Amino acid sequence: MYTQAMDTMGKEEGAPKAVRSADELAHQERFDARIDAGDFIEAKDWMPEHYRKTLVRQISQHAHSEIVGMLPEGNWISRAPTLKRKAILLAKVQDEAGHGLYLYAAAETLGISRDQLFDALHSGKAKYSSIFNYPTLTWADMGVIGWLVDGAAIMNQVPLCRCSYAPYARAMVRICREESFHQRQGFESLLTMMSHGTDAQKAMVQDAVDRWWWPSIMMFGPPDTESPNSEQSMKWGIKRISNDDLRQKFIDATAEQAKILGVTLPDPALRWNEERDHYDFGAIDWNEFWQVVGGEGPCNRERLAARVKAWDDGAWVREAALAHAAKQQPLKEAA
Amino acid sequence: MSPAPIQEVIAGTKAEGTPSPHKAEWPLWEVFVRSKAGLDHKHCGSLHAADPQMAIQLARDVYTRRQEGTSVWVIRSDQITASDPGEKASYFDPMEDKVYRHPTFYELPKALDHM
Repeated sequence: MYTQAMDTMGKEEGAPKAVRSADELAHQERFDARIDAGDFIEAKDWMPEHYRKTLVRQISQHAHSEIVGMLPEGNWISRAPTLKRKAILLAKVQDEAGHGLYLYAAAETLGISRDQLFDALHSGKAKYSSIFNYPTLTWADMGVIGWLVDGAAIMNQVPLCRCSYAPYARAMVRICREESFHQRQGFESLLTMMSHGTDAQKAMVQDAVDRWWWPSIMMFGPPDTESPNSEQSMKWGIKRISNDDLRQKFIDATAEQAKILGVTLPDPALRWNEERDHYDFGAIDWNEFWQVVGGEGPCNRERLAARVKAWDDGAWVREAALAHAAKQQPLKEAA
Repeated sequence: MSPAPIQEVIAGTKAEGTPSPHKAEWPLWEVFVRSKAGLDHKHCGSLHAADPQMAIQLARDVYTRRQEGTSVWVIRSDQITASDPGEKASYFDPMEDKVYRHPTFYELPKALDHM
């Protein structure tokens, strides 16, 4: 999901330096004490370089995911079945843009510029969530993205509202408040098709669920045993709940929702385990996950190309707006 | 105590010693929203815009999509002067022991009834 960043960054990168001055050690001690006390860290407060780097990486990947996440859904705005569904989809895509902007602003508080962040995305250096590299083939995909993808996002994002880095936590509070409509509209759209739709429409919903289920549960990132940076992030209060715990929580909730919807989740091993008080589920194809993260998913190239084209095509608008602002300035001073 | 321009505080640009290499980047603005009549404007975030009109327009689109506001202020981030976070303790802690500035410091007879 949006915190896949921490799993895809090598253990070495940004690791704390061994040699440090006495001054830095004193800062480090004060910082650690504040983290342990559950204090929030603000932008200008002293922070370890590794903490800063980890946050830039995570927040920017999160922002990129919101921005690239508009593309699969934007695909269906002009083909929404009714005016009501089109208005809902437009509002949702607009929200994703807003979420991206809140998050870019939070990342910028750490001393990186918006253009540097965009450069990293457009050059392919920065990652975004693997989920957005899958295609949206039918209208039912819009509902399923709301139900499963946004559902997984919410489960991951709610604990981030208590992230130790305050500007990120504040952005997450705002995002979570807005996001719950995304999941509910998705489920409602699917429920409408499942309870009033034709057989073909019901089959379309089932097909979408079949395609999105496994990529959705991969959003929580690799298993805890293969998540090398989790421990440090937990200690820092950047990450609050482990990948596997969040995944289990999501599967437990979703398996019950699928019953209400009347769809089958494409996992023959999925069954309630009374002893564990959780659903058991089948093996996840992590090869597919790493392939998509590595750039070889079904739509990686298409997504990035669309994003770069939008940015390049908009260059003259950005320049014209600045030129206009510069022209207005002397007029105002003279007035 | 040397006040720090808020752009440094918020964007952390100077703190890093590496101002943006992109001269064409739209300037940063801070957004303040009055959620309803009778309340203060409250800081709610920042955004990039080329000029004040655009900043107001974008602030409306980005921060008030669900009727969160009845009025919006924007100001260039580099126009704000803020207290220095490094001096936080020496600046604000001296108020800690002045409890006599609060009404609860004074114990009065019950007969006075909510003075």
